[in-house]
Amino acid sequence: MTEAPLTGHIKDGETLDLRAYEAIGGYQALRKVMQEMTPQEVTALVKESNLRGRGGAGFSTGMKWSFVPMDGKGPKYLICNADEMEPGTFKDRWLLEGNPHQLIEGMIISAYAIQADISFVFMRWAYKEAAAIMRKALSEAYAAGYLGSNILGKDYHLEMHLHTGVGRYMCGEETALLNSLEGKRATPRAKPPFPQISGLFGRPTIVNNVETLSFIPHIMNKGVAWFQSLSRTGDGGTKIYGVSGRVNKPGAWELPMGVTVRELLEEYAGGMQNGYGFRGALPGGASTDFLTTEHLDVPMDFTAIAAAGSRLGTGTMVVLDDHTCPVGFVHNLEHFFAQESCGFCTPCREGLPWTEKILYALEQGHGTTADLEQLDLHTRWLGPGNTFCALAPGAMEPLQSALKYFREDFERHVHEKKCPYGNHSH
Amino acid sequence: MLTATEISRIEHELQQVPVKKAAVIEALKIVQEQRRWVSDENVEDIATLLDMSADEVDSVATFYNLIFRRPVGRHVILLCDSISCWVMGYEGLRSKLMELLQVKYGQTTQDGRFTLLPNACLGCCDRAPALMVDNDLYRDLKVDEIESILMKYE
Repeated sequence: MTEAPLTGHIKDGETLDLRAYEAIGGYQALRKVMQEMTPQEVTALVKESNLRGRGGAGFSTGMKWSFVPMDGKGPKYLICNADEMEPGTFKDRWLLEGNPHQLIEGMIISAYAIQADISFVFMRWAYKEAAAIMRKALSEAYAAGYLGSNILGKDYHLEMHLHTGVGRYMCGEETALLNSLEGKRATPRAKPPFPQISGLFGRPTIVNNVETLSFIPHIMNKGVAWFQSLSRTGDGGTKIYGVSGRVNKPGAWELPMGVTVRELLEEYAGGMQNGYGFRGALPGGASTDFLTTEHLDVPMDFTAIAAAGSRLGTGTMVVLDDHTCPVGFVHNLEHFFAQESCGFCTPCREGLPWTEKILYALEQGHGTTADLEQLDLHTRWLGPGNTFCALAPGAMEPLQSALKYFREDFERHVHEKKCPYGNHSH
Repeated sequence: MLTATEISRIEHELQQVPVKKAAVIEALKIVQEQRRWVSDENVEDIATLLDMSADEVDSVATFYNLIFRRPVGRHVILLCDSISCWVMGYEGLRSKLMELLQVKYGQTTQDGRFTLLPNACLGCCDRAPALMVDNDLYRDLKVDEIESILMKYE
């Protein structure tokens, strides 16, 4: 059995309450930090561990924190991004429902490192059970003196609130999330200034993912060498991987960083369902490039997946099987992205619905060769550098790789004037 | 007119934020919780409370998927139409729901019992297909389970 620090204590369908969490060593890391460490030492340790953000972008967490100014007056904020809404992603739900105090402890330590005054858990609307669990956990943490004034006798004060959203994918983008918390439309902000300097209400703000923050107490307790030893590769730690689609045992597992695509599919997800073959997969949610049969032995870490032309993203894989139309698959994704575009910048607002319409026409048998050229052009026009945030470039990742790996399927739609799979309506 | 309860809850939210505007989403949620949707009059009342223009409040209200600016039924069905549910054939559920309820997306049944809406990924892709009715999540769904689920809601 491999070590699973984040999830090993979570029993299926149960929540660790404060007492259960303390019984397995919970809040010991916070005690240690408050007694022995300066904020700068906490940041330095996280930086040295090379913990990379688990929300999709994979940026160094300690590096992000180190940009926060440590002098000056006025509030600073730490925000947990629990707006898990990337299609195909269901990993943070596990941590939120199973071990809320691990997240809260991670947030308090992280807030201390940047000397934040106020922190928020920004949780998506649909996670009703997780929200109820978090509310209870927050009141337990306040009652136990882990939140509020003079935390564990130290001259440090932190408030923590739960904010539940009202549904919009854009809220997962960190600057759009900040606008939403300020009561505005969730449109992205120009960077620079980065939120670390000017974030919520113009104050220094750090936004980290649930899985990232949940790791902080363990790194404080057990150190950098231990964190790196969990991984098979240079990107440290464990990772929560997931698989959904036509596999025998869809699910999520906390595994050493760097297990291969094949191991995930065959050993953990139990292989493809009877009668279905593997054609490809999005390794880390809807906005990542396809991997195919040639990538089965690629380790699922940030570096190797990038070298294979995709992104680790959230680490939750969506499988494309051989009975499912790749054009229809991408149409479903582009429908989502077109709908969730905030409409703030023109390429995304206009380009995504156009992309979706072309894919729809192809599925209906009305597509032409010129349409395929249009799709190729869109993958560049909506690519990095042409849009205000990462939504449209992300939307182009599965499309550009589908056009590359499944070109023949696109062409058959044109030449046969119908969807050759014929198994899905739209 | 907002009720006294709504106003006092919104005023409580105002104490938590540095500028009044920042409470607008909470205010919309509070009003919708009581009334199931947010009317033009509610938008104006919220605007007055928060020193905003009605248009400014509406620009926020209409941006978010789950603030309803039109009346909805007593129960709202949110059917996940994202990728894993699509691969696993959510369309069968969609057809069954539309057939049983005699509505299309965005419509409310004649008896005012259900409104049917599509929804982006519900975050339970390993147990697709899925839907929510109000606050209740249903996973690993089969078409023949739909009818008995609907019967739980009056």
